[in-house]
Amino acid sequence: MKGPKTIKGRPELYTSYAQDMAFLNTRPKRVSVSALVVLALLVPFLITDDLLQLLATGFVAAIGAIGLNIVTGYAGQVSLGHAFFLAIGAYTGAALSGPETGRVIGFGITSLPIWLLASGLVAAFFGVLVAPVAVRLRGLYLAIVTLGLVFLGEHVFREWTSLTGGPGVGRPAAIPELFGVRLDRDNALFTAAQQLYLVMFVLLVIFGVLARNLVRSRVGRAFAAVRDRDLAASVIGVDLTKYKVLAFAVSSFYAGVAGALLFVVNGFFDPGSFNLLLSVQYIAMVLIGGAGTISGAIMGALFITLLPRITRELPAVLPFISGDATGAITVFQVEAVLYGVLIIVFLIVEPRGLFGIWVRVRNYWRTWPFSY
Amino acid sequence: MDEFLQSLIRGLGTGSIYSLLALGFVIIYKSTQVISFAQPAFMLAGAVLVSYLAPEVSFFGAVLVAAVVIAVLALGVERTVLRPMVGKPVFVVAIITIGVDVVVRVVTNAFIGLDVRQVGDPWGLTTVSFLGAEVQQRYLVMIGTTAVVTVALFAFFRYSRIGLAMRAVAYDQEVALAQGISVGSVFALSWALAGGLAALAGVFVATGAGVDQQLWIVALKALPAIILGGLESLGGAVVGGLAVGIVESLFGTYQGDFAPWLGPNFALVAPYALMLLVLLVRPYGLFGKREVERL
Repeated sequence: MKGPKTIKGRPELYTSYAQDMAFLNTRPKRVSVSALVVLALLVPFLITDDLLQLLATGFVAAIGAIGLNIVTGYAGQVSLGHAFFLAIGAYTGAALSGPETGRVIGFGITSLPIWLLASGLVAAFFGVLVAPVAVRLRGLYLAIVTLGLVFLGEHVFREWTSLTGGPGVGRPAAIPELFGVRLDRDNALFTAAQQLYLVMFVLLVIFGVLARNLVRSRVGRAFAAVRDRDLAASVIGVDLTKYKVLAFAVSSFYAGVAGALLFVVNGFFDPGSFNLLLSVQYIAMVLIGGAGTISGAIMGALFITLLPRITRELPAVLPFISGDATGAITVFQVEAVLYGVLIIVFLIVEPRGLFGIWVRVRNYWRTWPFSY
Repeated sequence: MDEFLQSLIRGLGTGSIYSLLALGFVIIYKSTQVISFAQPAFMLAGAVLVSYLAPEVSFFGAVLVAAVVIAVLALGVERTVLRPMVGKPVFVVAIITIGVDVVVRVVTNAFIGLDVRQVGDPWGLTTVSFLGAEVQQRYLVMIGTTAVVTVALFAFFRYSRIGLAMRAVAYDQEVALAQGISVGSVFALSWALAGGLAALAGVFVATGAGVDQQLWIVALKALPAIILGGLESLGGAVVGGLAVGIVESLFGTYQGDFAPWLGPNFALVAPYALMLLVLLVRPYGLFGKREVERL
């Protein structure tokens, strides 16, 4: 088969539409992505288990951030309700896989693919329920309504103790079992952290590729049209209701999956912790990473997840910051302030986020030494 | 009947707090088309400032000073953080205000510590007899103050020269600019007004129970209020705030008897449920403007 024409040294010369829309359309992209994947697969054998767990959390957060990015970054429907969908996924997974005890409900289906899919689908179902409201509302009205959803959800999760275990007590997370192997226990080959890291990484790759494929398809172009101007989109024949509902469904599916996995990685969640703060954290991931890009969402999620760990190292460098909860300036305050300041600075200086910085670096070197 | 009247007064009292906050949100929204999520932090900061100043310069002096200081703080925030963002997507700006909120709140929390601070208000939890029902004095004070502040604000917008400028900017920024109105100072002034209102609201929230680190959550109740009333409507903000207060209070009193299946503390989230219901019927709130668009 004769492929499309390529000319050496002209990576951006496209002679066919398929080439232009290819998944990894340039050679440097293919090389660097492969290198990153190989590196990520080697990491579990190089660093300690607690760092691995943190990275695994980051990967899971990235799945959630990709989901939020689909609805907010691509389809332009601002949602502050991501924590609500995360919670639905988390508790669906936990209830399906957990054992039935007198205190909490459980169905004992421990196979990871089954409860993971179910968590996503249940969350997507609630996303579809919310979507009709979203179709009627626009902009900040929608943001506040989805925020209301978080508050209502928090109330339900606090009160429905047979599902969530109740505030302060909680319930055990979903049991991750794949082909008869318990992933959350050490075995002969790997430690628990290594296994979870690898599984979360593979899942992130799967969901990342799926999302990337979605957004470069007809559906993704419809999302972008709705985001840029919904009235214009409807005039050129984009079915607004259909695509807004679809965006919410896909986004909440991702959130549900991420919620269930987050519960597994963290091991414990208080029903009250699926709150506005968590939603804001995901929004921050999307915006700091770069709205409307998949790789940006992943970068943002890793950045926000690793931030506490980085600030925890600060007392060693800056002695006036106290490492525990006593003292004039504690590390927790620094962490919170840094979080706020970073959001502000990022959005003012580089509204395209980490992805935008990457683009600037890339463009500098692309034209080097004639960059100006 | 007494119970009903008591909860009604309590609802109107807390509702007037929400109204003050909602007015701040709407003033900022009208001039800059942004919802400022920094209001909770300004509210908290106002209450904390009063708790420090009250022993020095009496309660009422402290309230006045705090309102002015917070207004200046809000103005400073607008000038340094928000002004560079003029013309950027409103959602990005809204998220920046969340960042401002986090920073201001963490700094303020450092001044609260773990204890509950008292604002030293003269009312405390004392009650008076009102139309035959025992109601807390502070609720009556809140209702009265909010009424006065609201009337003063409306008069300011209606009759003063700056108020006219603010209305012009809310109507059309470019045309206002062309008429020689300094749009920038209108932005700054609206942030200052909202900051002052938030500080006042914060003091009212802190009367009775005092200031602790969780106080800021109260300010988020103003969000259903502004959505109920419609984002562009000052009158809507007042009505929405009072409605939210009354709904919350009535649910708190009666929901345990009528609908126990909703769970205890449902009153705290009832305003959000009310907001969802209203929006299903009227997507622009009760008094909001229906957007007219052209391509």
